[in-house]
Amino acid sequence: MFSVARKSVLRQARTQLRLSQPVTVPQYTSYSKLLSTLALLEQKDGKLSNSSLVAISAGTKLGGPITAFVAGSGAKSVAEEAAKVKGIEKIVYVENASYDRGLPENYAPLLIDNIKKGGYTHILAGHSAFGKNVMPRVAALLDSQMISDIIAIDSEDTFVRPIYAGNAILTVQSSDSTKLITVRGTAFPAPETDGGAAAIEEGSDPKAESPTEWVSEDLAKSDRPDLGSADKVVSGGRGLKSKEEFDRLIPPLADALGAAIGASRAAVDSGFADNSLQVGQTGKNVAPQLYLCAGISGAIQHLAGMKDSKVIAAINKDADAPIFQVADVGLVGDLFEKVPELTEKLKSQ
Amino acid sequence: MSGLRVLVPIKRVLDYTLKPRINAAQTAVENSALKHSMNPFDELSIEEAVRLRERKVPIDEITVFTAGPPKSQDMLRTAMALGADKGIHVRIEKGPELEPLGVAKLLKKVVEEQKSDLVILGKQSIDDDAGQTGQMLAGLLGWPQATQASKVEITDKTVTVIKEVDGGVETVKANLPMIITTDLRLNEPRYASLPNIMKAKKKPLEKKTLEDYGLDVEPRLKTIKVTEPPPRKGGVKVDDVDGMIGKLKELGAL
Repeated sequence: MFSVARKSVLRQARTQLRLSQPVTVPQYTSYSKLLSTLALLEQKDGKLSNSSLVAISAGTKLGGPITAFVAGSGAKSVAEEAAKVKGIEKIVYVENASYDRGLPENYAPLLIDNIKKGGYTHILAGHSAFGKNVMPRVAALLDSQMISDIIAIDSEDTFVRPIYAGNAILTVQSSDSTKLITVRGTAFPAPETDGGAAAIEEGSDPKAESPTEWVSEDLAKSDRPDLGSADKVVSGGRGLKSKEEFDRLIPPLADALGAAIGASRAAVDSGFADNSLQVGQTGKNVAPQLYLCAGISGAIQHLAGMKDSKVIAAINKDADAPIFQVADVGLVGDLFEKVPELTEKLKSQ
Repeated sequence: MSGLRVLVPIKRVLDYTLKPRINAAQTAVENSALKHSMNPFDELSIEEAVRLRERKVPIDEITVFTAGPPKSQDMLRTAMALGADKGIHVRIEKGPELEPLGVAKLLKKVVEEQKSDLVILGKQSIDDDAGQTGQMLAGLLGWPQATQASKVEITDKTVTVIKEVDGGVETVKANLPMIITTDLRLNEPRYASLPNIMKAKKKPLEKKTLEDYGLDVEPRLKTIKVTEPPPRKGGVKVDDVDGMIGKLKELGAL
């Protein structure tokens, strides 16, 4: 245990040294001399997706130099924007509209080309829909057993990830020479987006054809904070009884708190809320400062997505609901009375 | 035109309602005595294959596949009771469970052997939560992939899939052969009726071993330890809304 801690302290010190004095040659150990990370950044409509910066945060823990990668139309301007993010040494961009939709069939060959060119040992991406879709394909083509959804890094080859809906925590050591890893967004702090000065370089473009055609998308529009990264989340479940009641009670409470809206699977399946709002093992993982839920019993699969929240508050009429076993603050009562009352009292503060 | 040959890989996992037990040595999850079921996402895959056939998409054969201990055979029988035509069981008696990459390599061989042109997999198994196998198989075969499908339509050789993505849905289109992984919203799996369970006992089930496929599926990941997640401190119950606001302020959440 001590040796692990000591190693990571050394590694951090090394990182600090490299960041503050880029010209000095850092004293790498023989192993970490080979360590070099490629962090996959996501862009949408020419805008950097801040949630993908978690790949940089995780890369910083590894200790070697970090190269970021971005592709699509407007990738160069995204690269210029991302160059200010602290911790990145270099950004490789590929400007080509064929990569806008992140289709894995042509994105995988693109990534592999650039991985081989750069000789990276660690490829990191956020555990987002894009990361989940493209990274395993890349891993298979590089004959590497990918590691999904890590929550901690023990050393260059040892990673920690939840299994069984977060009911067990697995530490694994990888023997693959190229390690492909997706990173749980809520497990690492976002890097500073100011003060960096990464070099920008054009990457290689194999221009593979995609047999898959992107047809359309339908994204839920919302002015509220993004569910995955919000400080506060207000979540509703089956207890809301209908979409009308969900819409009547949950958004005002979320607005009073400046919170994002989430939902349990039961609420989503019953059509109360959009699929993209589902929190849980098969939906989104959230770890806000405050997770306030009403009418959610607290099934294993739901807890998997929210039990790392700093403070959990629950309103439920069933005093024996499992949610109360994890809630820091529990209120047994009828949500149809308590939620509006809470909303009013929060607003008047 | 000959019909589609659909392959549906399934996995036997700890029943989703149960909590895993971690052994005292913290080396593994010990669940052998607990109830196991088919991975819920795999039930959706079978249901979808059967529904495609019911929607008159020409399908010659639906093959279910699993790799695992002798008991995984029960899952194949269940799948056949739900409408699959035949099963293939790669028996793995001892040693660690195959990793997604190993499963994908094995499935590639099965796809070639069975001349499959559509593979429908669950988006993840609820035990290791990796969510990799379908994408890896697509990569190894060089086929198009559509992950987290909530709707699948097949006309002639073209497959249109609505996928669940962060923030909404997205529609993609590709020609067969193709890999699809299923999301919860895709369908609602049916229950097997008793007559169908009886009929499933007579459906063909091939028994194979890893050696039959001549594969190196040595694990790449070594388990260092398996631990319980840190428990949350027991919270308090408050009597009213004011109590809740007060407590949340005290905890610094408001």
